[in-house]
Amino acid sequence: MKELDNDRLVWMFTQMARIREFEERVKGTFEEHPGVIRGHTHLADGAEASIVGSLATMEPNDQLMTTYRCHGYPIVLGTDTKAMMAEIYGKKTGLCGGYGGSMHLTDVERGFLGTSGIVAQGIPQATGAAYAAQIRKQGQVVLCFFGDGASKQGAFSESLNVASLWKLPIVFIMENNNYNVVTRSEQEDANAAAGEPLAVKAKAFSMPGVTVDGGDPVAVYETVGAAVDRARSGEGPTLVESKVYRLSAHGNIIVPPGIPLHFPEHEAIEVFGNPEEYEAAKRGDPVPRFRGKLVQDGVMSAEQADEIMQSAKDEMQAAVDFGIESPLPEPAEATKYVYA
Amino acid sequence: MTEIPYIAAIEMAIHGEMERDDSVLYFGQNIATSENDKFLQAFGPDRVRVTPISETAEIGMAVGAALAGYRPVVELYMAEFMLVAMNQVVNEAPRFRYMTGGQVNVPLVLKAGYGFTAGWAGQHTGTIYGMFMGVPGLRVAIPSTAADAKGLMATAIRDDNPVAYFHHYLLTLEPGEVPDGEHLVPFGEAAVRREGGDVTIVALGYMVGLAMNAAERLAGEGIQAEVIDPRTLNPLDMKTIIESVEKTGHLVLVDQATRHGSASAVIAGEVADEGFSSLRAPIKQVTALESTIPYSQPMEEYILPSEDKIVGAVQQVLGQAPVGA
Repeated sequence: MKELDNDRLVWMFTQMARIREFEERVKGTFEEHPGVIRGHTHLADGAEASIVGSLATMEPNDQLMTTYRCHGYPIVLGTDTKAMMAEIYGKKTGLCGGYGGSMHLTDVERGFLGTSGIVAQGIPQATGAAYAAQIRKQGQVVLCFFGDGASKQGAFSESLNVASLWKLPIVFIMENNNYNVVTRSEQEDANAAAGEPLAVKAKAFSMPGVTVDGGDPVAVYETVGAAVDRARSGEGPTLVESKVYRLSAHGNIIVPPGIPLHFPEHEAIEVFGNPEEYEAAKRGDPVPRFRGKLVQDGVMSAEQADEIMQSAKDEMQAAVDFGIESPLPEPAEATKYVYA
Repeated sequence: MTEIPYIAAIEMAIHGEMERDDSVLYFGQNIATSENDKFLQAFGPDRVRVTPISETAEIGMAVGAALAGYRPVVELYMAEFMLVAMNQVVNEAPRFRYMTGGQVNVPLVLKAGYGFTAGWAGQHTGTIYGMFMGVPGLRVAIPSTAADAKGLMATAIRDDNPVAYFHHYLLTLEPGEVPDGEHLVPFGEAAVRREGGDVTIVALGYMVGLAMNAAERLAGEGIQAEVIDPRTLNPLDMKTIIESVEKTGHLVLVDQATRHGSASAVIAGEVADEGFSSLRAPIKQVTALESTIPYSQPMEEYILPSEDKIVGAVQQVLGQAPVGA
């Protein structure tokens, strides 16, 4: 694991700012350009530190797979944010040509092998990619991201068993935001109900299980980095439980045609009537928290931080403009990629 | 040409493709369980692995390995086991290429025995290939002969799409002439197993043998049946079927599956759509009755298509059956 020098720390903050600003613009689109975004989007605001800390451990040939809450990862990998926004807008210029949308951002050239829109189903796929990496013998590692809800699926258990049995070069990163759509983890998870961290599930598969503060990108980097080192050296997988708090609701709401989409209030308030929990989470927002730390530590100046934020805003406004101005695909292109 | 059993022809194809292409992997249930396994000996534990009984992991891993540049063949043992991992089969593998705007292909083969009877009762006898015809992006192959078993498997492994490959357990030891060396049967080209001008019988998989026997019996009555084996359901060679119906004017479909949602029903619909004017009598489908397959022999025989039922159906469409039969 490489040491994080000041340049790298500033780079990490820059990526967090870019992810946050990208998602702010996705959210803003619902009001500013009604009807442009169709279907669902699922934001990861609050998980930026976890995403960036994890991806900062990657070497150029490493790979990852994620869930449908997928906007953050390609931003860190260097994917063109214009193409990403255009994809969410269903445009011809989109990252996937308008075939995938918000839930299926994929950039294979940069190692982002794809997503599943179905809970937990990407876990065996990432495990298969790790099998491929193992037999290719080029030292690649696969990062597999999923939520706490996924750990109740058979796909999770089956995959962790095989990965540990075969000592595959994979790190399972559970972004535990404590909500499964509108259900709290302790309502559906035996470990959570017993007051245990979900990382204890690793014990059943004879692999290390560690819990980390997903709001601290340096802590995530160190924890995931140790797991990546272990995977790369052939010792097998680790389950990392990264505790995050998503600051938006699960996703925007499915509505009948003609009624604008919107994001509801966070489940802590709307479902559980607990605004205190949500307010506390807002006060712990990892983006200003990391900014404050870097400024306080003298890693960057407040002016530099402002410039980074402004630069992210400018970039994402350009992405929105590009997405809005881009043409829609030709209807008859709809059957183009069914078969190879 | 060498005469070998159907199952040996499948293994020959997998072995041959693994020799030809280092990216072909073979993993799944009940393979390579001992060091004496011929695949394991030939290709080693990187490329040949026994997996736990974890269908979602097996098929999901095949998707992931395919995304990462390999061409996995997944041994599922029995077709029903695919149902355990239906999301990976239907919702993941065939849709990945599409959702990514063509960034990736998912070349994998799901090898599954199907339609076993002989008393295997309700959960190990399903003829489920028809379910997968309605899945865009998924190829479906059902070999009925040893030669096709080899040729379709080799083609399946080389195909850049996910392929569900269904072999019938009752054909396992059935010998057949198989071409030596490279043998590829193209997808989407039906085989005309027997030529005839009176009636077209389209039969699938194991049913092809029954249809051939029925055709021989009908020939004794002066009826010449043309027997067509589609070999793949996706792509489906409707051209050969329609041309045959244009010649004979009569169509009998034979499918071991229950009728609703079956391949037989799909083909009947296509002929009604595109070849209706050629029909001189209604289409007749010989399928399993709408039932789970029972354990006990007389009930099992009652449920399933048979030579007698095929002969009866042909006689009926040709108007030779007694009124009310």
